Amino acid sequence: MSSDYEYSDQEYYDEDDEQMFDEDGSASDMEIDAFPEDFKSKKGKQKSYEVPHEPLTQAQIEQFMAQDVENISGIFGVDVSIVDPLILILAKDRLIEKYMDNPTAVLVKAGLELPEKQTESSSRSRASQTGPRRSTRRQNSDQPRSGVSKIIERITPPVEDYGPFVCPICFDDTQTETMALACNHKFCSACWNAYITSKIRTEGEHWITCMAEDCSLVTPDKFIHFALKDDKATWERFQELLVRHFVSCNPNLKFCPYPSCTNAVSCPAASSKSVLTTIVPIVCCGASDSHKFCFGCTIDADHRPVICAVAKMWLQKCQDDSETANWIKSNTKECSKCQSTIEKNGGCNHMTCKKCKYEFCWVCMGPWSEHGTAWYSCNRYDDKSSIDARDAQSKSRASLERYLHYYNRWANHEQSAKLSVELYAKTEKKMEEMQITSELTWIEVQFMKKAVDEVFKCRMTLKWTYAMAYYLEKGNQKALFEDNQRYLENAVEELSELIESPFEPETIATLRQKVTDKTVYVQNRNEIMLEDTARGFQEGRWKWNVTVNGFDQAEEGEE
Amino acid sequence: MAVSSRRLQKELTEIKTAGTPCGITLLKADDFQTWFLSLEVLGESQYKGEVFALMFRFDPQYPISAPAVQFVVDDKYKAPLHPHVYSNGHICASILGGEWSPVLSVIAVCITLQSMLASCKEKKRPPDNDRYVAHAPDNPKKTRFVYHESDSAAAP
Repeated sequence: MSSDYEYSDQEYYDEDDEQMFDEDGSASDMEIDAFPEDFKSKKGKQKSYEVPHEPLTQAQIEQFMAQDVENISGIFGVDVSIVDPLILILAKDRLIEKYMDNPTAVLVKAGLELPEKQTESSSRSRASQTGPRRSTRRQNSDQPRSGVSKIIERITPPVEDYGPFVCPICFDDTQTETMALACNHKFCSACWNAYITSKIRTEGEHWITCMAEDCSLVTPDKFIHFALKDDKATWERFQELLVRHFVSCNPNLKFCPYPSCTNAVSCPAASSKSVLTTIVPIVCCGASDSHKFCFGCTIDADHRPVICAVAKMWLQKCQDDSETANWIKSNTKECSKCQSTIEKNGGCNHMTCKKCKYEFCWVCMGPWSEHGTAWYSCNRYDDKSSIDARDAQSKSRASLERYLHYYNRWANHEQSAKLSVELYAKTEKKMEEMQITSELTWIEVQFMKKAVDEVFKCRMTLKWTYAMAYYLEKGNQKALFEDNQRYLENAVEELSELIESPFEPETIATLRQKVTDKTVYVQNRNEIMLEDTARGFQEGRWKWNVTVNGFDQAEEGEE
Repeated sequence: MAVSSRRLQKELTEIKTAGTPCGITLLKADDFQTWFLSLEVLGESQYKGEVFALMFRFDPQYPISAPAVQFVVDDKYKAPLHPHVYSNGHICASILGGEWSPVLSVIAVCITLQSMLASCKEKKRPPDNDRYVAHAPDNPKKTRFVYHESDSAAAP
């Protein structure tokens, strides 16, 4: 977007400006010391709250895969056609380790070789039962490159047969072409074709074993290509399945979760679960700016600044509790003596707790004994004993209230973000109006859209800060966190109001100045919020009031 | 002739010339879509004296794709009481799903099921029988069974 603005950047800010200048537009070197230590890094290449990652297209993944294969084939000193299926069973590092340890076991596991016993027995039994069979062989069109690829070689083993070959699957004795893997289970090529096509097409299976019962040999790529003949579509689908599988068993890679997006992301920094306590690996697949997702968990959205484990806990809690908690809050009261939760579903205000038999007044929560005969009406609200009773009640409700405090703010930002579609439409209309009523050009009114973009972004941050604050342990760190949160929230609300306020043609210049300034300020507050929280995770500064996955030991150690 | 018909024709001829193994009888095979066979476990077993019927349903992709096999449950036949057989006749056996191999045949399936019954030690329904039967599709092939180790009773 910056190219659009370049020629007008003296008039207002754009993103490039902010990289180089602070709010007042002066050179940043002078100002930089005025910012807290951790804010300086904003000017550096990598921000603490961003995790390095690389978007990959389908073709790039294939390249990636080919590279890995070539790499490993170099290490093992075997043909690439052998490594191809190997990288699909184990991740690269594990594979190298295992293969160095026991190559045969790995080859058997990958279906490239038969287990020791089976080879012998099957070849013996095969010899006895092959009998008089004949098949007209076609010449091996693509000669394997090295001696290791005996599997391929045997696609068309030269067998001297005498009788007509009857395929044990289709019982067609007019077949002239047969194929077999190293296990020598021969079937006609039409059956192989039907079998492989059905495996790929209907089962979406890339792991295709020999058709014989209990035979664990896997058909290599070349064999499949050969069997599929001219069926390009199925071959392509097979390639796709291979890539899918490769990505799913490679911890450095993840597919973009957006519907029908085929891009993937490589993010080695977040490949292990243990780093997820210090970073929030939000990545973008590159297909579109909105294709942002978390590399570390299954949340399909930017949940910065809060880490995966806490975000997940919060979502779970909201799913389980919010409605229930709201209902409890509005429909029940607690017995002022034993704190049992009571729902009044009828009858008079003279309550007798089912559990502790305490008698009290539903209206003022005070003991019934003080009510005398004033049934069905209560005028005793201010009496000391009922105040005490209500105090006890409020204390027991504090945790519920506390949760709802955070939940309501969380939900509020979510709601506002959802309404942003309308806001965008409204803003667009306003921008058009501005162009008509004032001298401003289309480019010059873009400040409005930029402001809305920023508000949306910040609301997402704010939303998750409430999830984080709910679980943060009380203390100075939390106070600092909430200060940052408050500054950001105030700024966002102010900017929000500015955007929605009606404008007069005369004041448009001031409004534009105000909005532009505020947008920059909000952007900076958001940076500070994200940056400081990310730093906090790296420094282990945040303490939780509950047990968070991955933090257990740290907490125990400190207590 | 379609592959499935030719193949079934061949299986049928073999059954008619070579006969069926002990305890297995062909009841009905009028077309190449649905066959019925009866199954009995001979010798000492939990199912002594009981006769069951199996229904085979073939699609045009047979034998590349597995046949849909289930025990017949009607006025005459009941499904055997077995930990892998649901009361609606559906069978949880790996060779009818993921471990199906195109070289297997109708008779091979019968033999496998026969040995599955013969090796049964305790007559009971699968633990989730009621839930499964309530929601089961008509065709057992549409069910995604999770096979437990003991399920893969191999043909002798």
